[in-house]
Amino acid sequence: MSKIYKLLQDRILVLDGAMGTMLQAYKFSEEDYRGERFKDHPVSLKGNNDLLSLTQPQAIKTIHRKFLEAGADIIETNTFSGTTIAMADYKMEDLVYELNYQSAKIAKEVANEFTANNSLKPRFVAGSIGPTNRTASMSPDVNDPGFRAVTFNELRVAYKQQAEALLDGGVDILLVETVFDTLNAKAALFAIEEIKEERNINIPVMLSGTITDASGRTLSGQTAEAFLISISHIPLLSVGFNCALGASLLQPHLEAIANKTEFAISAHPNAGLPNAFGEYDESPEEMGSYIEDYLKRNLINIIGGCCGTTPEHIKVIDEIAKKYKPRELKTLSRAVIS
Amino acid sequence: MRLSGLEPLVLNENSNFINVGERTNVAGSKKFLRLIKEEKFDEAIEIARHQVDGGAQIIDINMDDGLIDGKHAMVTFLNLIAAEPDICKVPIMIDSSKWEIIEAGLQVIQGKGIVNSISLKEGEEEFIRQAKMIKRYGAAVIIMAFDEVGQADNYQRRIEIAKRSYDILVNKVKFPSEDIIFDLNIFPVATGMEEHRKNAIHFIEATKWVRQNLENASVSGGVSNVSFSFRGNNIVREAMHSVFLYHAIQNGMNMGIVNPAMLEVYDDIPKDLLEHVEDVILDRRDDATERLLEFAESVKGTTQEKTVDLSWRQESLQQRITHALVKGIDAFIIDDVEEARQQSTRPLDVIEGHLMIGMNVVGDLFGEGKMFLPQVVKSARVMKKAVAYLNPFIEAEKSEEQKALGKILMATVKGDVHDIGKNIVSVVLGCNNYEIVDLGVMVPPEKIIETAKQEKVDAIGLSGLITPSLDEMVYLAKEMQRENMNIPLLIGGATTSKAHTAVKIDTEYKNAVVHINDASRAVTVIGDLLNKQTANNYVIQKKKEYEEFRTKFLKRGKQKDYISIIEARKCKYQIDFTSTVITKPTALGIQTLEQLSLKELLTFIDWSPFFRSWDLHGKYPEILKDTIVGEQATQLFNDAQRMIKHIIAKQLLQPKAVFGLFEANTINEDDISVRRNNKEIAVFRTLRQQLKKRDGLPNIALADFIAPLSSNKTDYIGSFCVAIFGAQELAENHKSENDDYNAIMVQAIADRFAEAFAEYLHQQIRTKHWGYEKDEELTNSDLIKEKYKGIRPAPGYPACPDHLEKDTIWQLLDVEKKIGVKLTESKAMWPSAAVSGYYFANPEAKYFGLGKITKDQVEDYAIRKGISIEKAAKWLHPNLANE
Repeated sequence: MSKIYKLLQDRILVLDGAMGTMLQAYKFSEEDYRGERFKDHPVSLKGNNDLLSLTQPQAIKTIHRKFLEAGADIIETNTFSGTTIAMADYKMEDLVYELNYQSAKIAKEVANEFTANNSLKPRFVAGSIGPTNRTASMSPDVNDPGFRAVTFNELRVAYKQQAEALLDGGVDILLVETVFDTLNAKAALFAIEEIKEERNINIPVMLSGTITDASGRTLSGQTAEAFLISISHIPLLSVGFNCALGASLLQPHLEAIANKTEFAISAHPNAGLPNAFGEYDESPEEMGSYIEDYLKRNLINIIGGCCGTTPEHIKVIDEIAKKYKPRELKTLSRAVIS
Repeated sequence: MRLSGLEPLVLNENSNFINVGERTNVAGSKKFLRLIKEEKFDEAIEIARHQVDGGAQIIDINMDDGLIDGKHAMVTFLNLIAAEPDICKVPIMIDSSKWEIIEAGLQVIQGKGIVNSISLKEGEEEFIRQAKMIKRYGAAVIIMAFDEVGQADNYQRRIEIAKRSYDILVNKVKFPSEDIIFDLNIFPVATGMEEHRKNAIHFIEATKWVRQNLENASVSGGVSNVSFSFRGNNIVREAMHSVFLYHAIQNGMNMGIVNPAMLEVYDDIPKDLLEHVEDVILDRRDDATERLLEFAESVKGTTQEKTVDLSWRQESLQQRITHALVKGIDAFIIDDVEEARQQSTRPLDVIEGHLMIGMNVVGDLFGEGKMFLPQVVKSARVMKKAVAYLNPFIEAEKSEEQKALGKILMATVKGDVHDIGKNIVSVVLGCNNYEIVDLGVMVPPEKIIETAKQEKVDAIGLSGLITPSLDEMVYLAKEMQRENMNIPLLIGGATTSKAHTAVKIDTEYKNAVVHINDASRAVTVIGDLLNKQTANNYVIQKKKEYEEFRTKFLKRGKQKDYISIIEARKCKYQIDFTSTVITKPTALGIQTLEQLSLKELLTFIDWSPFFRSWDLHGKYPEILKDTIVGEQATQLFNDAQRMIKHIIAKQLLQPKAVFGLFEANTINEDDISVRRNNKEIAVFRTLRQQLKKRDGLPNIALADFIAPLSSNKTDYIGSFCVAIFGAQELAENHKSENDDYNAIMVQAIADRFAEAFAEYLHQQIRTKHWGYEKDEELTNSDLIKEKYKGIRPAPGYPACPDHLEKDTIWQLLDVEKKIGVKLTESKAMWPSAAVSGYYFANPEAKYFGLGKITKDQVEDYAIRKGISIEKAAKWLHPNLANE
């Protein structure tokens, strides 16, 4: 497992792009989502992308393969919404374990093919753990600020189930991402620590927050540095930001944390900001030029893309990443030991 | 150490001392405790906000109280402040001795906070388990210097426990060393106990050791403990806190729970005080404590205090305790009580023995008229302090409660907010070993009866100051009868009288109803009522006495003759409006006044009523030299001056006023039409005297002082409301420190300021805003004697007893919106230190009493005012003649 720590000392690792954006191109219908197995499911399933790992596994594999071909070192499992809390919308709570397990297995299979072909460039699978659709430190009801739609314990239990299934399916890393409420992330980290203790394993954890607006704060109100402090009690492989902003707008926030942590720094920004039709139209070259700025400033250890990022973008990013040295990791070894 | 709320807080070697806010702690703030108990979370949040605004860099939140569901309160409060960005920007300190509360708190904060605290008290295994969980939740931790044996109380034990805790945390739990904070136990010094002498210096030395030997660890503590034995002497306490912090910080203490309001600037401490305090904190001399105690007496009353005679300290323990209670000296009581406790088998014996013996002496002296009310209230303060000190020991013994002579429920009735008198009676009864259930002000009758039943009280005491309260008392007597209750009812308060009690209340209730006109009588009356042997006879005797009084009174009432309202109007007060000079106000319309300094009002204070509120009767300033009460009056006056100085220096009370001057003319004989630009905007309804008078004497109504519409002359009228804000909060603070003396003092002073403000404003009106007496030059005593021209009668008072007229003033001036003074359902003003009324400028206008009126005027008044006759009769009840 220490292989990835070693690699991080040597070079900038590339994370994949947007699973969702790639799936949109398939224009799957309700029937495609349902497949044979869920044709009688009581609620609409269109839009439940995680389910496609079961009903359209070939499409998922193809997308993974395209990102790996483009140069990604790490691919993310198709499990962004794979908790009982997020799956409640589709009445698929009972399917959570299987969804995560299968998604991890598919991704690992493809990654292994590539590693086998070129052992000098080993590929890794990160189990994607999304934020769920509820917030533990904010009330959804403006008239009742003390109310909470979800508790720490509910989140902890849900995250634990997801993480266990991902690990059983063979992921190399857990990626807690798009954190808009730090308390949700703390519950996920708590669950992961429990698993580490129970299974007596040490699994690398990446954590990535999201800064929603130009004020430079998370949705739950924290500054980038306060966010960093709040999640630094757990030894992480990396900390960083993803989604919400394009590469250019993300830079100041990466700078805010880069010299305040011993963890590796990750970034997977969107391909610009969405246009009037909700599409991301920043070209690979544009996005690449912004990212090259980060790399020149020595801010980054892991780089990839979020919404709108295609294999073409990743290819450009990979080429740029090769030209630069990673941000120096002085004491990362400590994280490996503990 | 790196912490976070919404924003980061980073402590390193270069950081200044981190100040932890401590008011959001139910154990440390009575107000916060009350708000949490009553689930008034909105107001509780304001305390947190106040802390952060005031510079607290972390807020400590503690919900440990036997009567609170701590877990629920902690979670609710933290969830609510999570929605307040200007509060939750700072890190949270979750303070509890219960692990389940700590864990519940950790589950709702998104930032990295601090747990306060865990320790080795329950053994290593539990300590490791808790530390591991805290690490997993992501928080720093305060470790108490406490282990299986007990709390560390000397240098060696402090460093021993700190080292052991640190090693376990760092080596076994892998807890980040920079997230470890030690609370090395700040204990009181100058307690008089030999073993407490080194409490401060040991803490300071242990702090130094921890910071030098336990890498990255921090040291914190609750600073106010150190001065515990000087409670009540803030000058000394503030100096002690500052000296202690100065030395502790130099030796490495880097955070702490400090009340910034209780902290003197180190360099501002007078040299002599500093030397005495440092002697104690650093244990520099054997007699340091005695010297500071002695010195403390002198700084307590900075003005002309006599040299303190401490010879009584040589007497026997019981004599010392009695002396302290009689003289109201609280400086040594904790020591003496501690000594008594150690000699007694049970801590309760100290209360029932030593303290009660002393309080009986106080009671006797008071009964004999050799002690006065302010002294008794001070005695009560000493008693409360002693009991507060003993309570933890009594609790620890879990023995039964102190057996009181009886339980008395006290309440100011619904709609009324005045409680000085009630508070005084409560204190006096409390001193005499009665347990008091004080329901406060504006208490609905159902609550009084329900509580009386639940608490099984032995008597109910009702208080009220405004006339509608009289009806509330009658209603309550009826309800008590209906509920078939059988305990005595006591009636008191400025508006009450033996006549009203005998005629209106006594007849409604089978058990005794006793009117008590001063606090000193309360003890004997209740003693007789609750004495099992004599009670029955006493009740029968009281009932008889009131019946006789009633018969006599009613006869007397019927001897008077009244004339009809129509006749009365023919005898109105005649002013020749053709010749009278009417001055047009300099500025018409409504104005507010909020930026006034209390200093301006000082010269307007009328002191005589102040002494009356303490049951000291006489005119100021002569009362100060009175042969009987002079000494007490002087003492009281000096205490009042000192408090006023403090209030002015810290701007603790805020005066606010609104007033308006308008065009006006009398219409329909008795009404005053108020106009703006010739449009009627309000009508004041006045009442006319109906008592048949000697020939030539008029039957006056206030309307007579304004030119009638028929005179074709535009006249003017004014109205106003002044109020003093902040007294309630101050009084609560004193109460929460068991200091009823100063609580009552604050309210009495606020009342004086309100009256002074009314006087001041009236002068401003005469000389400036209305300007009909531009050249007036009157002294304060001239003002008290009402030598000025024009009057300012107030609704609810003799010239215009109808409280409903306040509604008209409130609408006209928009009082509540402009300055925030509210009216209760009984039309009492809130805050209670307030005055409202009218201005009449005519040189012939004068104060008068309406006296009794008859049914015809009530009906006429009801029709004019557009209310039902029943409603009018209800509000004018006290003035009705034919009942």
